[in-house]
Amino acid sequence: MADLSDSVRDYPFRQRHLLGLEEYSRDDILYILEQAKYFREILDRPVPKVPTLRDKTIVNLFYENSTRTRLSFELAQKRMGADVVNFSASSSSTKKGESLKDTIRTISSMKIDMVVVRHESPGVSQFLTRQVEAAIINAGDGAHEHPTQALLDMFTMQQIYPDLTGKKVAIIGDIAFSRVVRSNVLGLKKLGAEVTLCGPKTLMPAYVDSLGADVSWDLEEVLGWCDIAMALRIQLERQGSKVNMIPSLREYHQMFGIRMEHLEKYPDFTVMHPGPVNRGVELQGAVVDSDRSVILNQVTNGVAVRMAILYLLSGGKRE
Amino acid sequence: MKTSQIMSAEDLNRTFTRFAHQFLEPYDDPASPAIIGMQTRGVHIGKRILQVIRKEYQAEPDFGVLDVTFYRDDFRSRLKMPEVKITDIPFDLFERDVILVDDVLYTGRTVRAAMDALMDYGRPGSIRFCCMIDRGHRELPVSADYIGMTVPTHQDEEIMVKVKELDGEDAVYLVDRGGTRKTGKSEKNGGADG
Repeated sequence: MADLSDSVRDYPFRQRHLLGLEEYSRDDILYILEQAKYFREILDRPVPKVPTLRDKTIVNLFYENSTRTRLSFELAQKRMGADVVNFSASSSSTKKGESLKDTIRTISSMKIDMVVVRHESPGVSQFLTRQVEAAIINAGDGAHEHPTQALLDMFTMQQIYPDLTGKKVAIIGDIAFSRVVRSNVLGLKKLGAEVTLCGPKTLMPAYVDSLGADVSWDLEEVLGWCDIAMALRIQLERQGSKVNMIPSLREYHQMFGIRMEHLEKYPDFTVMHPGPVNRGVELQGAVVDSDRSVILNQVTNGVAVRMAILYLLSGGKRE
Repeated sequence: MKTSQIMSAEDLNRTFTRFAHQFLEPYDDPASPAIIGMQTRGVHIGKRILQVIRKEYQAEPDFGVLDVTFYRDDFRSRLKMPEVKITDIPFDLFERDVILVDDVLYTGRTVRAAMDALMDYGRPGSIRFCCMIDRGHRELPVSADYIGMTVPTHQDEEIMVKVKELDGEDAVYLVDRGGTRKTGKSEKNGGADG
C-alpha cells in the first residue's frame, strides 16, 4: 500500500470504551456496523481465526449468569487470537467478600488490555473506567444498557433493510427489566428508525416516556404496523419474590405472544429475539423455527459484531 | 514537495498486457492460475490484468480480493485502528497457483501479511507476487516475481499509484517530500508499508 490513506479511512472513531450507545454517535454506530460485515466474513473461512489481537489479554468479568453473551464474547476473542481469562463471580473471591474495586485492581495489575464486564448494578462499567487503564466493554449492567446486543440486533436488521431510516421496529414484552430495550431504542433512534414498545402495563417502566419511543398495549396493532418485531424474554428471575407482574405465562402468551396466526395475518414483519427464548411464552415454538425468524442469524452476527468492537477498541497507546 | 510522473496511462496499459502474458506463459490452460488483488489498488490492477486475459485468451481465471489488515504487524503502534476492507476469495485455494497483485512493493511487510492470510484460506500450490512498482528498502526477505517498474527511491519519497476507478486517472507519481527529509524515518514507520 502506497500511503496511509489507503488503509485508514477518514472516519475518526475515537471511542475508548463501550459503556452504552448513549455515548456513541450515529456515525460511530454506522461505522461499527459497516466494519462488522468484514468480520462476519472471517467466520466463514476454512480457518476462522485471525492473529489481530494476539498480543492482547482480555478478561471476561461476569458477575451475573450469562451463557450466550459470554460464549459469544469468548468466541469473538479467540477468533481474533486474544488471550482470554474468565472470571465468574460464583466461583471466585467475590464469595470470599472481595469488593469489585479490589477485584478489578488485582486483575488490572496482571496487565490486562480489555475488560468485558457484566454486573447487576447499572453503571459498573463506567465505574471501572475510573479504576483501570484497560478498555471497558459493557456486556450488560443491570437494567441500564447492553450495547453489544443492540449492535448485533441492528446489524441483523441491516441485513434485511440496509438503511434503517424510517423502518418500524416493535419491541414486545418485558420492557421494564430489559437493558436490551434501552440500548436498542437509543441506537435505533440514532439510525432514524421508529420504535414502538409493546407489553403489559406492569412490565412497562415508569420512565417509558423518556425513552423517546411510542408505546402501545395492543399486539395486533403493533404487528400490523412494524417491519421488525423483537420479542423479549420474560425475565422471571428478575421479578424475584415481589408481586408477580403477570397473572400467568399462559395468559401472557395469549395477550402478547407472537403465534403462527400472526405470521399469516401480517405477512411482512420479521421476528427477532435476543434469546434464550421461552417457547410458548413470548413466541410460539413454530414461530421460532419459521423462516420469518432470524434468531439464529442474530447469534452468528453477535460474534462478528463483538469482533469488530474488540478490534476497534484495541487500538491506541496508553500513557 | 515535488511531484513527478513516472508512468503514464499508456505505460500502465502496456504493463497490464505484459503481466497478462507473463502470468499465463507457463500454462496450457489460461484459467489455471488464480489472481488475487490486494486491497485497495492491487484489486484494480488485478482486474485490469484480468480484462486483458479475457480479451486476448477468452479465458476467465478465478479472481479474489484480499484485505490483510488482520495480519499486519504495524497497527499496534497507531492510535486509530486501520479500517478493515472486504476479503472475498470465492474459490478453493487448495493446490492452486496463486498470483498476488499489489501496487507497490516497499518493506515487504504487506506481502508477508498476505501470505499468512492466504494460508488461512487453504494450502495453495504456489504463491507468486506481482507489483506495479518495486521501490526497494525491503525489511523482510521477499521479492516480486513480476515487476512493472523498478524505481530506486529515497525513503522520504512516496510512490503514488493512481487508478481510474478510484482516482480518476491512470498514472504513477513519485512525490518528493524534501522538506521532511530530516524526519523521514518516522514518516516511513507510520505510513507506507508496501
